[in-house]
Amino acid sequence: MARANRPVSRRQAWWLLAGALAAFLPLTQQIPLWLALAAGAAFAWRAALTWRQWHLPPKWLLVLLVIAGTVGVFLQYRSIIGRTPGIALLVVFLALKLLELRAARDAIVTALLCYFLVLGQFLFTQTIPTALLSSLTVLITTATMLAASDDRPPPLMQLRRAGLMLAQAMPFMLLLFLLFPRVQGPLWGLPQDRYTAVSGISETMSPGSIAQLSQSDAIAFRVQFKGQVPPQSQLYWRGPVMPSFDGRTWSVRQTLAAYTEIPYAVSGPSVDYELTLEPNGKFWVFSLEMPGNLPADSALTADYQPITRQIVRNRLRYTQRAWPETLAGLNESRAVLRDALALPAGGNPRVRALADDWRRRHGDDGAAILATAQEFFNRQLLIYTLNPPLLGPDMIDEFLFDTKRGFCEHFAAAFVYALRAAGVPARVVAGYQGGEVNPVDGYLVVRQYDAHAWTEAWIAGRGWVRIDPTAISAPSRINSNLAAAVPAGEELPFLARTDMSWVRELRYRLDAVTNGWNQWVLGYNPQKQRDFLAGLGLGEPDWRSMTAALAVLCGLVLLSLTGWVLRNRMRVDPAVLAWRKFTRHLEAHGVAWHNWEGPQAFAERAAAQVPAHAQVIHDIAALYARLRYAPRPSPQDLLTLRQRIGEFRL
Amino acid sequence: MLATLRHRLVENFVRWAVRVRTPEPSPIILTQRRVYVLPTLAGLSYGTALIVILLGAMNYNLSLGHALVFLLAGLGVVAILHTFRNLALLEISPGRCDPVFAGSTAQFALVMENHRPDPRTCLRVFVDADNPVEIDVGAQASTVALLPVSATQRGWLQVPRITIETSWPLGLVRAWSYVVPELTCLVYPAPAAKAPPLPWSSDTARGVSRDGRGADDFSGMRDHQAADSPRHIAWKSVARQYDGPLLTKLFSGATAQQVWLEWDALPEAMDVELRLSILTRWMLDADAAGHAWGLRIPGTRLAPDNGAGQLAAGLRALALFSHGSR
Repeated sequence: MARANRPVSRRQAWWLLAGALAAFLPLTQQIPLWLALAAGAAFAWRAALTWRQWHLPPKWLLVLLVIAGTVGVFLQYRSIIGRTPGIALLVVFLALKLLELRAARDAIVTALLCYFLVLGQFLFTQTIPTALLSSLTVLITTATMLAASDDRPPPLMQLRRAGLMLAQAMPFMLLLFLLFPRVQGPLWGLPQDRYTAVSGISETMSPGSIAQLSQSDAIAFRVQFKGQVPPQSQLYWRGPVMPSFDGRTWSVRQTLAAYTEIPYAVSGPSVDYELTLEPNGKFWVFSLEMPGNLPADSALTADYQPITRQIVRNRLRYTQRAWPETLAGLNESRAVLRDALALPAGGNPRVRALADDWRRRHGDDGAAILATAQEFFNRQLLIYTLNPPLLGPDMIDEFLFDTKRGFCEHFAAAFVYALRAAGVPARVVAGYQGGEVNPVDGYLVVRQYDAHAWTEAWIAGRGWVRIDPTAISAPSRINSNLAAAVPAGEELPFLARTDMSWVRELRYRLDAVTNGWNQWVLGYNPQKQRDFLAGLGLGEPDWRSMTAALAVLCGLVLLSLTGWVLRNRMRVDPAVLAWRKFTRHLEAHGVAWHNWEGPQAFAERAAAQVPAHAQVIHDIAALYARLRYAPRPSPQDLLTLRQRIGEFRL
Repeated sequence: MLATLRHRLVENFVRWAVRVRTPEPSPIILTQRRVYVLPTLAGLSYGTALIVILLGAMNYNLSLGHALVFLLAGLGVVAILHTFRNLALLEISPGRCDPVFAGSTAQFALVMENHRPDPRTCLRVFVDADNPVEIDVGAQASTVALLPVSATQRGWLQVPRITIETSWPLGLVRAWSYVVPELTCLVYPAPAAKAPPLPWSSDTARGVSRDGRGADDFSGMRDHQAADSPRHIAWKSVARQYDGPLLTKLFSGATAQQVWLEWDALPEAMDVELRLSILTRWMLDADAAGHAWGLRIPGTRLAPDNGAGQLAAGLRALALFSHGSR
């Protein structure tokens, strides 16, 4: 096409530069510094080219630069496929494409590259600010495409037109977003770099590992309860269960899924909720103790820890019913109980002596030993702190008898160790405790600083019994929150502080908006789509009914837009319409009207040919002439004209 | 092979598209039924890019990626509507077309009338796609597009099929329509490059008018032309200025000098077109010289006269001369 070969004008070059910058700037933090600088230099070069109207760089130089950029990206990432290298390459191409804007065709390619970069940005962040920023980029890029077609209008006009067109595209976007049958990704093997390190509870627990999390106010999950939110002290969100201990570190069982069905009989009152889990990069799904059902594609380990089949890389949403008073593990297997008694040989002599003493006093009576242990913990006056002192090889002894200062992992570890030494099966449970209800939208928000560790002991006839040794020494941690439990002056994450009410207020609102965004925009996955459409009364929506609804609704939007498109048809004067009817009638009887003929002249001629109707013909012609040529035609005349013509019969 | 197939398909489509009786009565309104829309190459790449973005968004479960691709898809649909709207319901009426000589370019004027309250932008009008005329039509205004078509043969030249297309605003789709308005151009025979001198007959060449009036009421001077009689060159004024142009004295009176341009003044064996082209040359020369001239060709006789009207009538007669009328 001749048009695609037309050279790029100066204005178009400026537009393309603006579009490229709008797409490039948000990505500067995600690409290596050298590339950001090089791309910036290319943009500056482009600006100079346009400003000074220099010649474009020769082709061989551009080819060299493309090769250099690709090699650079490869050296940086040791790969040119995948998320970050891919985006880095796109930046290289975009920057160099700007240097070879020869024809209008190149302008389209540049605009498409910009759209790709917008997508690239979403790989890193999908927050509301990102969405707003990308909307701006799309607006500028669209205006750039407009300018590639017609570069005469001033910039504001182009932006306005682009805005208008995007606004008209909105209904389609909304319909497609809601109704386009969603597919759960990934479609093919997901590059491993999709998720970088996410903070959260890990497979192991050693002194300091949970205290470290208490410095993070990142959200672990959000919960919407159906009905009353249970009291804070009952909100134990069960996560990794750690029966193995090597003297310093607790860890989860290596063999994972054991039960796909709930292995225990649930009893007592139940709690219903919907949990939206943030990606944690592990297999963990959390549930209130004890879960009565499992999320899709998940199972329980032998230690009743819920896990998923696939690493939680996307925000995950599931509904659950929990039964807090369930007696779990009444008939526990020997293997599990054996693991729950295992201790490394030697070490911690003082605890072992103490446990031996308990065993001598109570024999096999687990419940009595448990009570004694709790009493012992209470008597030791242990201090709950975020900054416990470092511990040596006999860390349990040191914590219980010397330093007496620790965070929840110290409490849990010491408690389980003591029980095991006394012959009572016990294990560490990690997870989250508590959470904070956002008064704006009613969601309970659980953050990383709510991470906690507690213990379970197995008592014959009662199964696994939860004991939270932290609660013995620092009940306020359980009953209210972290800020209430740690001594004043210890450093807490900003959001965990309770002293700035207006900040909290603001945060609640922001968080409610973010949550709505997460739930409805980012979390609009196949499941949510089905639920939403079923809620609208679409029955059991499948891809067929969705496509049908989509087609119908898009068709309606298209139709109304088409109405707008053809809105400005010429409006024909109703008098002319009536007159045409009249002349057609006469023509059928042999008196043809010529369109250059005035009404009076025609009337003369027609009256001469049909003298019987001369008067009527003259009247109609006079009326018509008045309607067409009088300065202010009266609507009454039009009615009369129509009536007369309607009645006119030869 | 592929090119010929494509060519045939296009021709078939065009024949179907222009299925009305041609030339069409004016005004021609580009109703929605005769405006066709197809994606351009840029549009196809846009679509491909959207599919790639959609796959990426699906693979990485990017909700905003979905939103982006759906917005861009909507933009594509809106672009179709805008492009279509840019062309639909345009009114085209034939304008004037000045006669030209064969061998030169006829300029067909098409009046594009826009009844809408907003402008139509970047319309391309062409007969052959390599030389499009780009026009805008303002809101509720009209614009004249001048379409150059080379005139090769004398006679009436009907304007060929005209394509009107636009890919405004995004260049993703092309809307086009064909029109064949009733617009003709009169093509005069090409004036012969070499022609014998004007055929002065014995009585007229002497400057004696038939009605006896004198031919030397001097009325002014103008630049000398080859066909002017050497006797009318203003030698005195030429002599007054060094290296000045030759000037011809003009004499008042329509019948100052009279010449008959006759078919039979040329050899019988001469080719018809050549004769016409020589007659054309004579006519132009005689007119330029300000002579009164008459035309006698088979089927037509023009009384001697001069002026623009006479010239137009004479050239028209030559242009439309046909053998049958002999």
